[in-house]
Amino acid sequence: MSLATTVAVRVALVGNPNSGKTALFNALTGARQKVANYAGVTVERKEGALVTASGRRLTIVDLPGTYSLRARSPDEAVTRDAVLGRLAGEVPPDVVICVADATNLRLVLRLALELKAVGRPLVLALNMYDIAQRQGLAIDLDALSREIGAPIVTTVATRRRGIDDLVAQVDALIAAGALPEENLWREPGAAEIRLAHARAQQFVRDHVRPPARPDTWTGRIDAVLLHPVGGLVILLGLLFVMFQAVFTWAAPLMQGISAVFTAFGDGVGAYVANDLLRSLIVDGLIAGVGSVLVFLPQILILFLFILLLEDVGYMARAAFLMDRIMGGAGLHGRAFIPLLSSFACAIPGIMATRVIDSRRDRLTTILVAPLMTCSARIPVYTLIISAFIPNTQVAGMLSLQGLVMFGLYAAGIVSALLMSLVIRTVFWRNAVEPFLMELPTYRMPDPANVARNLMQRASIFLGRAGRIILPMMVLVWALSTFPYPPAGAPGPAIDYSFAGMIGHVIEPLLAPIGFNWQISVALIPGMAAREVAVAALGTVYAVGDPQHQAGGLAAVLARHWSLATGLAFLAWYVFAPQCLATLGVVKRETNSWLWPAIMFAYMTGLAYLAAFVVYRTTVAFGGG
Amino acid sequence: MFIQISRRDKPSPTAGVVRLSEARLGARGVIVEVRAEAGVETVGVEELQRRLLEFGFVEGARLQVLFEGAIGHDPIAVKLDDMRIALRRRDAANVYLALDAA
Repeated sequence: MSLATTVAVRVALVGNPNSGKTALFNALTGARQKVANYAGVTVERKEGALVTASGRRLTIVDLPGTYSLRARSPDEAVTRDAVLGRLAGEVPPDVVICVADATNLRLVLRLALELKAVGRPLVLALNMYDIAQRQGLAIDLDALSREIGAPIVTTVATRRRGIDDLVAQVDALIAAGALPEENLWREPGAAEIRLAHARAQQFVRDHVRPPARPDTWTGRIDAVLLHPVGGLVILLGLLFVMFQAVFTWAAPLMQGISAVFTAFGDGVGAYVANDLLRSLIVDGLIAGVGSVLVFLPQILILFLFILLLEDVGYMARAAFLMDRIMGGAGLHGRAFIPLLSSFACAIPGIMATRVIDSRRDRLTTILVAPLMTCSARIPVYTLIISAFIPNTQVAGMLSLQGLVMFGLYAAGIVSALLMSLVIRTVFWRNAVEPFLMELPTYRMPDPANVARNLMQRASIFLGRAGRIILPMMVLVWALSTFPYPPAGAPGPAIDYSFAGMIGHVIEPLLAPIGFNWQISVALIPGMAAREVAVAALGTVYAVGDPQHQAGGLAAVLARHWSLATGLAFLAWYVFAPQCLATLGVVKRETNSWLWPAIMFAYMTGLAYLAAFVVYRTTVAFGGG
Repeated sequence: MFIQISRRDKPSPTAGVVRLSEARLGARGVIVEVRAEAGVETVGVEELQRRLLEFGFVEGARLQVLFEGAIGHDPIAVKLDDMRIALRRRDAANVYLALDAA
């Protein structure tokens, strides 16, 4: 066996965003993919493998999309460094495939020239070639190949056309002994970019006949979707449908998952004789895994919408429509998607901030994402609303309880916008990043591609959240379990645990906002996830099974708490960082403890302030 | 060929040159200059100029303002040769456009 067949040849995919690069990657590697992170940075690393017809093993790396090797974001820096062989822990690629949208060549030809200058063996893949042909676009492939100095293969990734040719071309390059040449690339200045662009322009002028039947749909659809008023109305309509789907379609699945985990916990519990072990397995581990998995249906539905809209080309339009509204609060138009995801759960929202180029805009978005009302707050809101807000009608048609719920959502959105304004002023001194974005041509979504991406999102969420949430759950369980209460102690067991001790210590601090010691104690296990506070309150008030008797717990709370305390508790939950998993994900995404610390401080401060104001105001109006 | 190119690049003698940041909805023309003067603090004027050039805002490119946002006519979506690009007006200030005669 020769060396070439034992050591896998490394192939890197580089291309503009929207060039169908990921679809090509999927077509090349099929299911043999690994998704991980690059060492030290939170940029996704996608790798896959295949074997060529001649038996050579190829390792394909899908590098983040870019317009140039001059990196503007952490993602693009990874692409540059990987291509240049500068990335720590990464073997430089043996062959680079430059993926181009055949209908939109100008910018990618300039990128191809940059890649050529790097000196590594290069293949140019003209993807979406079927669309180019349908439009009557004629490309003189031989001439273009001579000009660029690289073989050209035409592909239709979504239909797996041209994939074998592409692999054969890479194989042929390696078989011919193509080796890296001297790297002549250096960061281009304005003059070099102009020159390179003029060259690319000349290639297009000389070797590409403009389409006989150019795409007119994109213009016609944009006339509707980008209409200053109509476009916003359609966007809001889409959001409405999306939220309906997230909350109504997911509800039965979530109940099912919840029931399965409860039954599983009960079943396992029956076989474990040791009380402590049973408590750890049932209350700590199984309940912990369940509390993560229960959000999976919502997250899958949310991501399905996002991936579909992304694939069609709508997301850039949504960013365009929202840019001024978000920009008024100091956010990037692209922050729209992460903030939207945060309505299901802040964790996928924070993970989705990677689409934002600039570090400042990304950090601002991460910091305010947990203010959006995540679904873990809903059980808490529902409990307190049913306990303290009368189920009456306002103005004859609107439910007062519904209005309060709406108010809590609105409070989250408004405070997120205000906070980002404050963050921009305090941390970034009003610095504004440029906003330049391609509006891609509309395309039919590719179901296989969407399905694969959806599965990848799901496994990333489960992996990451599981790795962070599980240890946290065990920690919170330990705090709430040890030490044991003395024999014959009258109060609930948790009152004697570390959580109880912490609760009693912070109780004087929380007394000014109307929280009694029971609330203070329940807040500690409630750090695991917001909805855990409901169960914790049930434990403290010794309501046997709060999950199945929410009405019972609401009645108990209504007897023990004043209206002012109930409202203050709601205000607290709008802001409080009652979710260790979110803080853990922020630490991972920012690679620093500084940002989770800032998040914890500002959210706790806001929560305290809001609860204080609400409590004192309600007391002043006689609700104490 | 040569005549074609020079006609394409020739600014209209009558309609005048405006910054893209001030161009009205529907304005069409040819880019005559991309400067490094106006800019945002964070990336600097040179970098903003390079980013504009990289997106194809180069001298000689044909441009049309297709859409604008509802608030303050911002941001704008332009057709740049055969691409569509969205940008904020403040970032567009470096691009000078020779408007076509009406």
